[in-house]
Amino acid sequence: MIECNDLSKQFNNEFWAVDGVTLNIKPGQILALLGQNGAGKTTTVRMLTALLNPTRGWARVAGYDVTKKPDTVRANVGVLTEQHGLYMRMTGQEYMDYFGKVYGLNAEFRKQRSQYLLEYFGLAEAARRRSGEYSKGMKQKLALARALIHDPSVLLLDEPTSAMDPESAQLVRNEIARLRSSKRTIIICTHNLAEAEALADSIAIIYRGKILLNGTLDELKRDVLGPVEYEAVFAEPFDAGELNLPEGVELAFRDATSLRFRVDAPLVVNPKIVNTLTARNAPLVSFQEVSRKLEQVYLKTMADAQGVTYAA
Amino acid sequence: MRRNLDAVWLVARREFIDQFRDWRIVVPMLLLISVFPFIADDTTRQAITFMNRFGGDLILDNLIPFVILVIGFFPLSFTLVVALESFVGEKERGTIEPLLSSPLEDKHLYLGKLFVGITTPLVFSFLSIGIYLILVSRRTVEFPSAYMLALIFMLTFAHAVLMVSSAIVISVQATTIRAANLMASFVVVPVAFLLQGETVLIFWGNEDVLWYAIAGVTLLSGLLVRLGLAHFKREYLLGREIDTLNFKNMYRVFRTRFVGGAKSVIEWYRIEIPLTLRQLKQPLAIVTILGIVCVFVSYFWVTVNVPTFIDITPERTDEFRAMVGDNIVTLDRLDEQLPAPLLFFYNARTTVVFLLMGLVSFGTLGLTLFMANFALVGGILGAADLVGFSPLLTFSVGVLPHGLFELTAVVIATAAMLKVGAQLVSPNTDKSLGESLLLSLADWLRVYIGLVVPLLAIAAVVEIYITTALIKLAFPHL
Repeated sequence: MIECNDLSKQFNNEFWAVDGVTLNIKPGQILALLGQNGAGKTTTVRMLTALLNPTRGWARVAGYDVTKKPDTVRANVGVLTEQHGLYMRMTGQEYMDYFGKVYGLNAEFRKQRSQYLLEYFGLAEAARRRSGEYSKGMKQKLALARALIHDPSVLLLDEPTSAMDPESAQLVRNEIARLRSSKRTIIICTHNLAEAEALADSIAIIYRGKILLNGTLDELKRDVLGPVEYEAVFAEPFDAGELNLPEGVELAFRDATSLRFRVDAPLVVNPKIVNTLTARNAPLVSFQEVSRKLEQVYLKTMADAQGVTYAA
Repeated sequence: MRRNLDAVWLVARREFIDQFRDWRIVVPMLLLISVFPFIADDTTRQAITFMNRFGGDLILDNLIPFVILVIGFFPLSFTLVVALESFVGEKERGTIEPLLSSPLEDKHLYLGKLFVGITTPLVFSFLSIGIYLILVSRRTVEFPSAYMLALIFMLTFAHAVLMVSSAIVISVQATTIRAANLMASFVVVPVAFLLQGETVLIFWGNEDVLWYAIAGVTLLSGLLVRLGLAHFKREYLLGREIDTLNFKNMYRVFRTRFVGGAKSVIEWYRIEIPLTLRQLKQPLAIVTILGIVCVFVSYFWVTVNVPTFIDITPERTDEFRAMVGDNIVTLDRLDEQLPAPLLFFYNARTTVVFLLMGLVSFGTLGLTLFMANFALVGGILGAADLVGFSPLLTFSVGVLPHGLFELTAVVIATAAMLKVGAQLVSPNTDKSLGESLLLSLADWLRVYIGLVVPLLAIAAVVEIYITTALIKLAFPHL
């Protein structure tokens, strides 16, 4: 698991790259850390990997304090860096074997684990080719396999699909989804909101080193965008006139062919709304939740942080 | 121990394999060893023919050792490429971060890369020398002695360690190969000068003098390795800010240390200067003991050895005493020839030179100069003894009055310089190399401005006006 409290990093005695980050990610959870370039995502990950010493605060990763037991933390963490960091003149097999040795695995386990991971990521056939000849997706998958060579309980993935074509990115995303297990804690730093939405159990938005929001996607939507909205769509223009709406429902929008309601307790009031509309012989085609994306949450949060108006 | 060696070898082994798969390193190296020894051999042959016709025994005798040194040095120039590639190259390609994220310790990474940086060029260097020696053995020229060859091999090895350790220090402190290459000229130029100096030793000195070069280069290399290890930190390898010259921050760090918590000059003298002196306790003790030892060793060396070189007859002694007497007469006009401010300037400049020499050698050259100065005092007292002056009286009237201030100032300045050098090679977990340097320079300037400058100013006045009067009083018969 990953725990950190008031984790902060100052560079050059003046610039706070990370300022008071507090996180608690349990085993089996995936957290997506979102933010602009330079928001502090990589610096946070580097502190959690014991690569940078925190200026303030503390962090425990896989049960070890990052400042007191940096080597043990690194031994228990798998890191996928923003750049894949492959040695281009090494074959995939050599590369895996090398990092197996770096993590102190014995020869037999190293061989088994390398073979298993190369097969798992579909790289077995290319294992004897130099990684310089790999496609971008293959390189990223090999880097991901390297991060998993010692079967770490914590996985930190920094921009795992950045600058990749959609097919390769999808491949890597699928692999990350397959890595979810009850014992593994994963942090993904990404700009890709769809990726975060698809993979993460919880999402944290970081801006200028500070965590602005942290919670599940539903919590973030409710906190940032307000109560859930439902939309009634009609087959033909329908004049609903004065609607006698149940308590806890607010009319958010109306036009000739649709009505949109803001609802606090959908389980209770949605049937009443439908009853009201059908009682008025409304030509109801559909009644469904208005889809709200993480992108809206992110953009609104950023707009609020920067003091500008969010245009939905 | 075994675990550490395995980890160092693990890092080194990968680098070796990577290098030998890189034609940009292998091809020039092979070209260098397959072409250069033959060119050098032919040039040697022509030079020998030329000198046999027109003379030049000195050059002829030492030409082959000199050529061996040069041949060995050429592949060594690749040490810079290999060493710069090893850290900054990996940093630029992004391959260093997975390695830094692993449980390998800093010393494993550093020593592994140092080992590769030294070994590859050194193997090519020795191969190159070997080929040349085979070619030389087929000619009718005097083959260098095994002793000379051993010295040159050791010197070549010391060069390799010196260049690689310097290049790694640079490599760790740069974020791009371009920046590292710019800084690498600070390695090439001094080493080129060093090679010229060693050439002078080969041609004009005897073989044994090369031991001094080997000892000096090895000491400096050792200190550079220590500096590299002390300041090798994952944090700085990943940092982006180390290439940036942040004058504002530099000034703030320097000023904070220089001023300390003092709010006035009096408070600075009352609190900060004693604090700095307390921090200098250890180097002050070392420097003082070394100074005293140098005076006594030099005094005894002169009194024991000089009579074996020079026959000290009564006539010679009289001549010398007369010469001293002539000089004492002119002491009245000393302030015209050497005004006190000028003497102060010379002395202040000397202590700054100690610092500069100390900075480039982590204190060793500065300390050597200091020891030479104190040895000079002992030597003069020894000479005085030999010609019949009381060394105690000579010291009491000729050195002690101004020496109380001047020698104290020099001891303090040298101790502060020694601390600058020692701090550079001491591990510091929370400070960068630049920050450590700034802080130790601020400490040095504190004692320099606060104590050394005032003491040297007093010493200059005392030397010109009081010491001279005391000498005349003490030696009225001259």
